[in-house]
Amino acid sequence: MATIEQDKIDQQLLEKLGPGVDIERVDTEDSELMIVNMGPQHPSTHGVLRLVVELNGENVMKATPHIGYLHTGLEKTMESMTYYKALTITDREDYLSNLMNNLAYSLAVEKLMDVEVPPRARRLRLILNELERIASHLLWLGTHALDIGAMTLFFYTWRERDQILDMKETLSGVRMMTSWICPGGLRGDTPEGWFHQVQKFVDGFPKKLDEYNKLVSKNPIWVERLSGIGQITAEDALAWGMSGPALRGSGVAWDIRKANPYTGYDEFDFDIPVGSKGDVYDRFLVRMEELRQSHRILVQALKDVPGGSVMTNDRKVAPPPRAELDTSMESLIHHFKLFTEGYHPPIGEAYAAVESARGEKGYYVYSDGSGIPYRVKIKGPSFNNLQALPKMAEGRMIADVVAIIGSIDIVLGDIDR
Amino acid sequence: MVDIDVRLGLTPTDLALREIQVKRPDEVVELNGDDSAEFRLIQEHFPGSIISSRLFRGEKTITIKKDNVVAIGKLLRDSAETNYNYLSDVTCVDRLGVMAEGEDRFEILYNLYSMGTFNRFRLKARVSEDDTTIDTVEVVWPAANWNEREVYDLFGITFNNHSDLRRILMPDDWVGHPLRKDYPIGGEEVEFTFNVREQ
Repeated sequence: MATIEQDKIDQQLLEKLGPGVDIERVDTEDSELMIVNMGPQHPSTHGVLRLVVELNGENVMKATPHIGYLHTGLEKTMESMTYYKALTITDREDYLSNLMNNLAYSLAVEKLMDVEVPPRARRLRLILNELERIASHLLWLGTHALDIGAMTLFFYTWRERDQILDMKETLSGVRMMTSWICPGGLRGDTPEGWFHQVQKFVDGFPKKLDEYNKLVSKNPIWVERLSGIGQITAEDALAWGMSGPALRGSGVAWDIRKANPYTGYDEFDFDIPVGSKGDVYDRFLVRMEELRQSHRILVQALKDVPGGSVMTNDRKVAPPPRAELDTSMESLIHHFKLFTEGYHPPIGEAYAAVESARGEKGYYVYSDGSGIPYRVKIKGPSFNNLQALPKMAEGRMIADVVAIIGSIDIVLGDIDR
Repeated sequence: MVDIDVRLGLTPTDLALREIQVKRPDEVVELNGDDSAEFRLIQEHFPGSIISSRLFRGEKTITIKKDNVVAIGKLLRDSAETNYNYLSDVTCVDRLGVMAEGEDRFEILYNLYSMGTFNRFRLKARVSEDDTTIDTVEVVWPAANWNEREVYDLFGITFNNHSDLRRILMPDDWVGHPLRKDYPIGGEEVEFTFNVREQ
């Protein structure tokens, strides 16, 4: 039986947590134990994550994430499309780092087909990936601050993120799901003035970064709120399979861009920031520094972009040039076959991983020699990062859980697929 | 072949696509024991458990029998030569349409990574259709917990001694395992269709 006093506590808790939360009281020997159901529709859970937390007062005794609310069977869908069509699905799972997903899938298919990518395409892929990383980190920074209760930062970061979406729009006509990186290279070259647009953004970005830092990084309320909570040791983080900034916050300097370089990351100078304590504040600092390092890579990469084609001339994957279609019957047939039945990788399997904004993003592709992939497995970094959430949240206060969820930067589309 | 295709739930277009497949030479190198540390280690400690070992596009894969999977995992993790201390992924391939006569249907894949040497390695364990169980590798890499739940959910492989074997992506009362190749695409009623029917 709930007393009036308990009702009052429940009421206060509800007001504190906002809409989307219900409270269920369980009669146990320890009468203080209460089960709170956070989500699945709650703004601070970054999508449709449901978290069942057992509370003793305000302390979290146990946290159990329930996922699958966004599961649409993307892997099954990809297994019924040609390799080229399946590319469009990759945009839609981790919807904040589309171009990185494109790249990981393309690298896997290229490995399977043994295709070389021309230098210009490699460089543009790198530039697009770093821009995407900045856009994704800016979204994280804004929403993370919003979760903590700092409203202002959101408007600042959104302003810069929008400029990157504008660049994607100039490039492809689409603001988010561009599918611009495809097996063999890119779907098209950059339009006139695009590099100017990017250069202008890159030139102005350090100043913006200083602005964000001034707003939060040294703010005593911010530091007090974040430091010391959600700690996880390097051993635990590795054992639970965490990756990306969440792992580097615990002090493990593992970045696939350095460890297994792809698409030309080994040609540029950049550092991997690592934390020391593995708390929320360390993960925050790591991402802030990553923004600066991405900017550093961009400055170098934009200097001398190689010329030439952006698509491989390997006709196993690439369609014949438009001009040839008017004069050559064989080219026309080839073009038609490439876009109807698709290309046929040899029987075999390949895995390729990239460092996305959230960690190791990988695609495992199993080919049976036909035009459609026999099996595609999407390895999402958020899946393993979320798995470690109970480890970080248990024993902390309920209000810290929101900060911890924000600090591991999950995307539910990546988890549920 | 025909009855398998029916089980796969393929449309006539899919079937047409499958028929015109181009056969290319399979560029697979069968490794011999001297080439890789993984092969040597497993062969030394668990003779007879390796089914095949191959190198394709620079990726090492060793397929083993499922009986010693936990011990082999421990061996690969703890040996200084291999040091696969990071489990990046566990998944499964249902080889219903592509397996040779007499082979086991499921392959459980362990995507291993070494934080020391930055090497990647794929360990596979075969699971037959009649006995879809395998031991959990949670004791070796705790990260396997959710990944194995996913395989259980989508492929119906049971992991012995798993600490928390429940469905993870599909609803708890779901019937069937969607990523199996004999589970058709479509055929499921669109949610809230009854609203339309009542009108």
